[in-house]
Amino acid sequence: MSGALQFTDLTLGYDRHPAVHHLSGRLAPGALTAVVGPNGAGKSTLFKGIMGFLKPLSGSISRDGFAIRDIAYLPQAAEIDRSFPINVFDMVAMGLWRQAGLFGGISRKARDRVEAALAAVGLTGFEARAIGTLSGGQMQRMLFARLLLQDARIIVLDEPFTAVDAKTSADLFALMQRWHGEGRTVLTSLHDIDFVRANIPETLLLAREPVAWGPSAEVLTPANLLAARNLCEAFDSEAAFCADDAPPPGRQDGGHTGSHPGHDHADAA
Amino acid sequence: MVSMVHDLLIAPFADFAFMRRALIGVTALALGACPIGVFLMLRRMSLVGDAMAHAILPGAAIGFLLSGMSLFAMTAGGLVAGIVVAALAGLVARTTQLREDASLATFYLLSLALGVAIVSMKGTNIDLLHVLFGSVLALDDPTLLLIAINATVTLLVLALIYRPLVMECVDPHFVRSVSGAGAPTHLAFLALVVVNLVSGFHALGTLLAVGIMMLPAAIGRFWASDITGIVVVATVAGIVSGYAGLLLSFHAGMPSGPAVILVAGGFYILSLLFGPVGGLVRQIFPGRHLEA
Repeated sequence: MSGALQFTDLTLGYDRHPAVHHLSGRLAPGALTAVVGPNGAGKSTLFKGIMGFLKPLSGSISRDGFAIRDIAYLPQAAEIDRSFPINVFDMVAMGLWRQAGLFGGISRKARDRVEAALAAVGLTGFEARAIGTLSGGQMQRMLFARLLLQDARIIVLDEPFTAVDAKTSADLFALMQRWHGEGRTVLTSLHDIDFVRANIPETLLLAREPVAWGPSAEVLTPANLLAARNLCEAFDSEAAFCADDAPPPGRQDGGHTGSHPGHDHADAA
Repeated sequence: MVSMVHDLLIAPFADFAFMRRALIGVTALALGACPIGVFLMLRRMSLVGDAMAHAILPGAAIGFLLSGMSLFAMTAGGLVAGIVVAALAGLVARTTQLREDASLATFYLLSLALGVAIVSMKGTNIDLLHVLFGSVLALDDPTLLLIAINATVTLLVLALIYRPLVMECVDPHFVRSVSGAGAPTHLAFLALVVVNLVSGFHALGTLLAVGIMMLPAAIGRFWASDITGIVVVATVAGIVSGYAGLLLSFHAGMPSGPAVILVAGGFYILSLLFGPVGGLVRQIFPGRHLEA
């Protein structure tokens, strides 16, 4: 099962200001990796980049043997219109989009899969409930059920345990471990550092700059965490051009690398 | 007794061809416009429909200026103007500080003023009234055919994009992550809005065209709690409003367009009060709460 993500000197950002700066590395197929870092560290930005919602300012993301559509993505505080008149069953059945498409019917077997996914997240009996009546935790369980149906090789979760109680996060984490056991690649941003250290094998510590990436115990050292905390969060509107910035592909003269020798990372000071 | 009911409810249509044509016109209009209205409402775009209805006016007016009350010229002008304004408003919202609703408001006020000015340049006050309030009692064959074709196209396209449209309404990020259908769906939907407003423009005029779209949709919201139910209720409400409005107009000598919209408005107020889904009476007397 291929499913590696390769970041090559990747810089992502908004208005030319980097939010993820010069990230290089490889997400191995089947890895269960946490992305940890302070608010504004670029975790969500990185995920948007992986999903292709955001074009790299420089560098690249290569997806080895799969397309963006093979990635299942759970955004942070999903922008779901909770007042929309749709029930839990239909919402979860959206996960079947790749099989059902525009017109495909939902077969008896597919219905059973939806039921099984709902059972796996503990929402049996909620099929006919309108999504607006769910609590925050139930909502997150429902979205996990939809992820289950998507049957994706790569699963990207942005802060899946925010505003979710301990029981729910334990149940949802069990699903993540199940995915990991099935050889899927799972990338998730998390805030609870002790939890990550104890439960997630690999960690990328991000603070706009990648601070460290490797086995969680080696990454989440006090020294690294302090370094991450010290990296500033705010955009510096006076930031100089980044000297490490390679000219965009296809253009030989980027204009800034050569003409501003000696600039260092003023924008990341 | 039976003959009285017959006189009241059926005779106007049995006796007068123009009433039959009007009934067919508003029914076809409701079949296409009401489902579109439901989606406009659920996407919080109710006012967008209103703005686009006004935007159609200058286009239709230019058609009128060039070739008088010609169906083709006014329809083509209206379609072009509607699509241009929808695109411009989107562009302004994306490239400037102005939000989409504010940019639509500026465009439609401008369009309304421009349209009225153009019609007045050539036409009479009667022409102006015709453009503003439509002429459901004077639908000729080509216009009737146009409305029927528009309704057919609307239902077919809606069937085609129904699934991604619903998904796009609930969870646009999800659609974006699983398929590229989001943007084409949105564009097709906007095109359907314009097509139906042009239909409505011929029957009910530029000011009331959006009424047959939005009022039934709002009615539907009070009677059903899933999207399919809302669409069905809205369409039935639109057709019944058309029928009852024509009768009201016939018996009370009211202009027909406003009569249709007034009846729909009456149903809306009833629904607001007595609708089982969030109606006021239900809110005041919710019944005893359940055990779990």
